[in-house]
Amino acid sequence: MFSDFMLTHAWLIPLLPALAFLWIGFFTRLHKKRSAAIAITMSSLSFLLACGVTWAVLSGPITMETPFVQKTLWFEIGSVRIFMGSLVDPLTAMMLMVVTMVSLLVQIYSVGYMAHDPGAGRFFAFLSLFAASMLGLVIAVNFAQLYVFWELVGLCSYLLIGFYYDKVSAREAAKKAFITTRIGDFGLLLGILLLQITFGTLDFQELKVLVPAYIWISGTSFMTIVGLLLFIGPIGKSGQFPLHVWLPDAMEGPTPVSALIHAATMVVAGVYLVGRAYFIFSALPVVMNVIAWLGGFTAFFAATIALTQRPIKRILAYSTISQLGYMMLALGVGSLTASMFHLMTHAFFKALLFLCAGAVIEAMQDEADIFKMGGLRKKMPVTFAAMTIGVLAISGLPPFAGFFSKDEILGAAAAVSTPLYLLGTLTAFLTAFYMARLLFVTFFGEASPGCPATETNAFMRWPLIVLAVLSSVSGLWGHFAGFGEWVYFGAAEATGIDWVIAGTSTVLSLVAIGLAYEIYVAKRWSAYEISQRFGVLYTLSFNKYYIDEFYTLLRRTFCDGLGRILYWIDLHVIDGIVNGLARLVGVLSTIFTFLQNGQVQRYVAVFYGGVIVLVAYSLFYAYKVLTLLGGAF
Amino acid sequence: MMSFVEMMHLALHVGLPHFLLLSAVLFAIGLFGLFTKKGIIAVLMCIELMLNAVNINFIAFNHYMPVTDLSGQLMALFSIAVAAAEVAIGLALAFRIYHDHHTVNVDDLNHLKG
Amino acid sequence: MNDLILPLHRLVDMGMTMAEELGTPEIILAAVFYVFAGISVLGALGVVLGRNIVHSALCLTASFIGIGCLYIFLSADFLGAVQFLVYGGAVAILIVMAIMLTRREDMAHSNPSRSILHQLAALVIAGLFLLTMAAVALMSPFQAAPTDFGDTVTGIADLMLTKYVLPFEIVAVLLLIAMIGAIILAKGVDES
Repeated sequence: MFSDFMLTHAWLIPLLPALAFLWIGFFTRLHKKRSAAIAITMSSLSFLLACGVTWAVLSGPITMETPFVQKTLWFEIGSVRIFMGSLVDPLTAMMLMVVTMVSLLVQIYSVGYMAHDPGAGRFFAFLSLFAASMLGLVIAVNFAQLYVFWELVGLCSYLLIGFYYDKVSAREAAKKAFITTRIGDFGLLLGILLLQITFGTLDFQELKVLVPAYIWISGTSFMTIVGLLLFIGPIGKSGQFPLHVWLPDAMEGPTPVSALIHAATMVVAGVYLVGRAYFIFSALPVVMNVIAWLGGFTAFFAATIALTQRPIKRILAYSTISQLGYMMLALGVGSLTASMFHLMTHAFFKALLFLCAGAVIEAMQDEADIFKMGGLRKKMPVTFAAMTIGVLAISGLPPFAGFFSKDEILGAAAAVSTPLYLLGTLTAFLTAFYMARLLFVTFFGEASPGCPATETNAFMRWPLIVLAVLSSVSGLWGHFAGFGEWVYFGAAEATGIDWVIAGTSTVLSLVAIGLAYEIYVAKRWSAYEISQRFGVLYTLSFNKYYIDEFYTLLRRTFCDGLGRILYWIDLHVIDGIVNGLARLVGVLSTIFTFLQNGQVQRYVAVFYGGVIVLVAYSLFYAYKVLTLLGGAF
Repeated sequence: MMSFVEMMHLALHVGLPHFLLLSAVLFAIGLFGLFTKKGIIAVLMCIELMLNAVNINFIAFNHYMPVTDLSGQLMALFSIAVAAAEVAIGLALAFRIYHDHHTVNVDDLNHLKG
Repeated sequence: MNDLILPLHRLVDMGMTMAEELGTPEIILAAVFYVFAGISVLGALGVVLGRNIVHSALCLTASFIGIGCLYIFLSADFLGAVQFLVYGGAVAILIVMAIMLTRREDMAHSNPSRSILHQLAALVIAGLFLLTMAAVALMSPFQAAPTDFGDTVTGIADLMLTKYVLPFEIVAVLLLIAMIGAIILAKGVDES
């Protein structure tokens, strides 16, 4: 009874934050405390409903193969019928829990973080809108609904990155994010259109049956194209190479935004899409290969850049890109379970890391360069403890969350492709190194005199604690409670730890942490000398491999060039035609004034010309008629 | 195409075509002068020529065609009367123009120029 | 001697055969026609090609006279007289008077023509017209049946006062109007 109620009212979960957005937007925009109260209330209610839904899923007969589906007709054009509704299966339940929990914690944190900002009301409105969009995306029943909320989520990202709209860098970053993800969205839209044209439906449940049948009959060639097009969306949204460039710049937004959107929830929308449409992707070996290698490459690539960056949030941004690469890698090698497990644990510890970074930045009065910080260990003990837990989690040390999820990914990779496994392991090493570097440089050493840092206020502290706890236990819980038995594709995955793989990665992480300690704390080897030794590599890494510059060059050459050409066409061809028409009229009129120069003789001449023509014609005609009648002349 | 005898016959046996041809020639000459001359008086003279050519046509038709009465000649009579009236007015106008503009050049009277 | 006389003999023989064929009156009629027609055409050419406008006016008079003679040739004796009186007497004099009243300094070149281009264009138009009319004239099958009407004065009077009395009256009014109009135009309107 309770389960049924929860499931049939799952659509309330996105609706409540949407109502919060409308209420705050119309009425309480200027009142910080009231806006915060409304947003947090609605988020809490959504969270409770999500708990209820999860309870319903865990206790009921719902599995990955038999989800709960509830939909209504949205609109109908000719023979195309588009529905909206809610689809609840264990994957949905997991996503609902993650999104609502992290969203709630971030909103509580924001009360403290945005306390001095006059635009706080607007901030809570946008956060609520984002929560509503993400939740709507997660419970989508078909590609159409998913695409609608996908775009909404992108919009919220734009609004929130550009929250400090009086800063040029923030505006530019928002534009960059929107345009880059737009490129991804376009590919996704093409894929969706192809699906609609080929199958006549976009419903996940229906396609689950139709697509494998189609592939069985016609082979994979056409569906590979569709799959690749569909995958372009996640490349943009989840920051895979080459559309990753917007994520580091998105750090211009306030830290709660970075924590919620660009770490825990929005960027995983791409991963979620691949998971949701896994029945399409898993049947296409070419696409799976692309996903796996792209994910692995992105993970490694982003990790190498993170080694040399200085602003604290930027390191975390590249770390996010790297971890997203891991999730894609897991999907590419065929393990939905590993990917989703890592998604869950990553949401917790990445949000934790970002919120700690926010606390540090605020305490240091907006200084973001880690080499200007130091010795915060004593000044901000709670933050330090939370950060350490986060770092340990992301490095994959037991018993923290990252250990279990990363082990599953590496295990899945090893089972399929050794090069990918090695790439993943190397990336794990690098991850541990740069995260330890971050921790050591920021919190260890001696604080500079006059450092203003103090521990943060209660609103910001408690979410950190909660997330730290989650980062610690979620891995254990997921492992022992049988994550793989609930969220899977194909066959339920048994939970087991391959001790060889797990052991290797743990050892490597410890080595990396030790290395970082030696370089940055014990100062046995100078970081500067190392950077000089690897001169070229260091420069490439520090400058993000010059990809942004390359894109600017492409834009200048093609977009601006095309613009210039089109401008020339507009100026000379189109205006030329219009002006030419006007001039033609002028010329014609000049010709016709020949007939009207005010001189009678001219008029008479023209008149007689006409007379001659008429008479000659009549003559000719009469001649013809008479010849026909027999030559009567 | 015709023998010399036939052409002679045609030329010497005067009939309607001769008069029509004469009228056409006079009319054409008048037309030529109408287009070519620059003075008002000269243009009016050419107009008179054309009117006379038309009168020849009327009378020739009246003489050579099987008609019942002298309508052709009457038409020519009326034409002469009207032409006389017209030439009177025309010359009065020419005089007036000369008085006001001190020119008889047709080209200078282009106030209707569009 | 024989070489000169022989072609002459031939010519006279030809003329004699033709005269026999046609009958003597025809040839005289033709000659008369050509003479008068020639006068008209030459007069017309004089109007158009003359450089002195007084010469053109006199040529015009000659043309009128030629045409009048042609009227008489066509048995339209009354109209011939009218032509002499009105055209030769009144219109020609009027034109000469107008020339006198609009006198230019250089009378020897007082009848200018336009440029050669204009003349060429005019020649084309007039030529085309002539061609068309000639085609009509020569190709139409006329049944010649000349009637002798006898006294043309009575004939015209009969027509004018019975069938065409309305045009007759209107022309009378027209002449009156023309006279008044001419007087007003020539005299000018008072500013008062």
